[in-house]
Amino acid sequence: MTPLSALLRKELRLEWRTREAVPAMALFSVTTFVVFHFGLQRDAVDGALAAGVLWVTLLFAAMLGANRLFVSDSEDGALEGILLAPIDRTALYAAKAIAFAAYLAIVEIVAVPAFYLLLLGPSAGGAVPGLLAVLGLADIGIALTGTLVSGLATRTRSRDLLVSLLGLPLLMPVIIAAARATTPLLAAAGPGDLPGRWLAVLALYDLVIGLIALAVFDFLLED
Amino acid sequence: MPSPPSTDTPAIELDGLERRYGERVALAGVSLTLPRGAVLAVLGPNGAGKSTLLRVLATLLRPHGGTVKVLGEDLPGGAWKVRGRIGYLGHQPLLYRDLSARENLLLHARLHRVARVRVDEMLDAVGLTRRAEDPLHTFSRGMVQRCSVARTVLHDPDLVLLDEPRANLDPAAAEIIEPLLEGRTRVMTSHDPRDAERAEVVLGLREGHPHAIDGLYAVPAHAGTAPRADRRTQDGAR
Repeated sequence: MTPLSALLRKELRLEWRTREAVPAMALFSVTTFVVFHFGLQRDAVDGALAAGVLWVTLLFAAMLGANRLFVSDSEDGALEGILLAPIDRTALYAAKAIAFAAYLAIVEIVAVPAFYLLLLGPSAGGAVPGLLAVLGLADIGIALTGTLVSGLATRTRSRDLLVSLLGLPLLMPVIIAAARATTPLLAAAGPGDLPGRWLAVLALYDLVIGLIALAVFDFLLED
Repeated sequence: MPSPPSTDTPAIELDGLERRYGERVALAGVSLTLPRGAVLAVLGPNGAGKSTLLRVLATLLRPHGGTVKVLGEDLPGGAWKVRGRIGYLGHQPLLYRDLSARENLLLHARLHRVARVRVDEMLDAVGLTRRAEDPLHTFSRGMVQRCSVARTVLHDPDLVLLDEPRANLDPAAAEIIEPLLEGRTRVMTSHDPRDAERAEVVLGLREGHPHAIDGLYAVPAHAGTAPRADRRTQDGAR
């Protein structure tokens, strides 16, 4: 078993046992959609407004998860135990990022149907295949950035604040591209074409942030 | 691939080691040489810099001045080469409280590329086989400390760094772990001057500087290389 698979297994096992991140993220998402449902005083939203509601909600839910990513590692010095091992520390980053992307996907299995139910009209069903592509690319970007920022903040006292302060601006390109790509899918007249340009922006962001993270993560964990 | 350092190379060589936390000096002017197979006792009151010294040697903290060589490798540049050869027992267990003892040790075994059977051996050696599947948060502090000792020596390290190793252990448990640590090059911090009796080399620290403690440990710097008999001769207070 490689260090990456050992660390990934540890991440998933800890989340399964403690259930600290995924339930909180899912509950937050559904609750926020309920709030929007009543707050907007509309039975259905579409287009840019629907895309904005969806992505802002998922982004804030992701920030909740990012805040929890290194919590179990910071208890009892467990992270230092990992840092003492003769491994490439980017394996730790990769394991966390993969686990975080998996958490986001699980949350969306709950949150997106809730979004459809509470805020979209019955004609929105055809948007699902396109939406899955946008969700997949955006989740990768959110997971890569969230893990990087969470790793940076893990040794600070104001971890929760720092993750949001750094993470939200860094994730602006993801939100812009994901919302733009989603807008035509959620049009009132029925799903339009998936805008390839914004998918390319998401893919490019994932690539760039992934390379940056691999270059700097080891350095972030130094004292 | 670089050849491993000769076994004649000292386990630890420090020359003017400095470490700061912001403006506060945690260690300054620490110099010593520890031969392989020897035991170094680092003694001093709270805040003397003992734990900081161990964390520098464990590669968890970077030195800010002087030179540090551990197992023949310069730190921090060669840290990645020696990490797998060091065992570090700190104030914290460095284990996941929501994983069981076996899961914790298996994780470290995989990271250190140690055979699975070694985990069972270590659980048996520290007397935790019966509770191996229980999560650590259900353990007493002494049991967690025993598990932490098992983690420390799981990969059979050349150098063991022990930060007050008998803290949280009752005498029986201390006896259980002693055989696991014996025969290895050891650095051990303690408040207890009696621990100097077990060491070939003694370093006294006060406020980060080498310092004689109660007239007993007048071996603040290079004298630390002296074997025990010589040290006793040098130290008229004894």
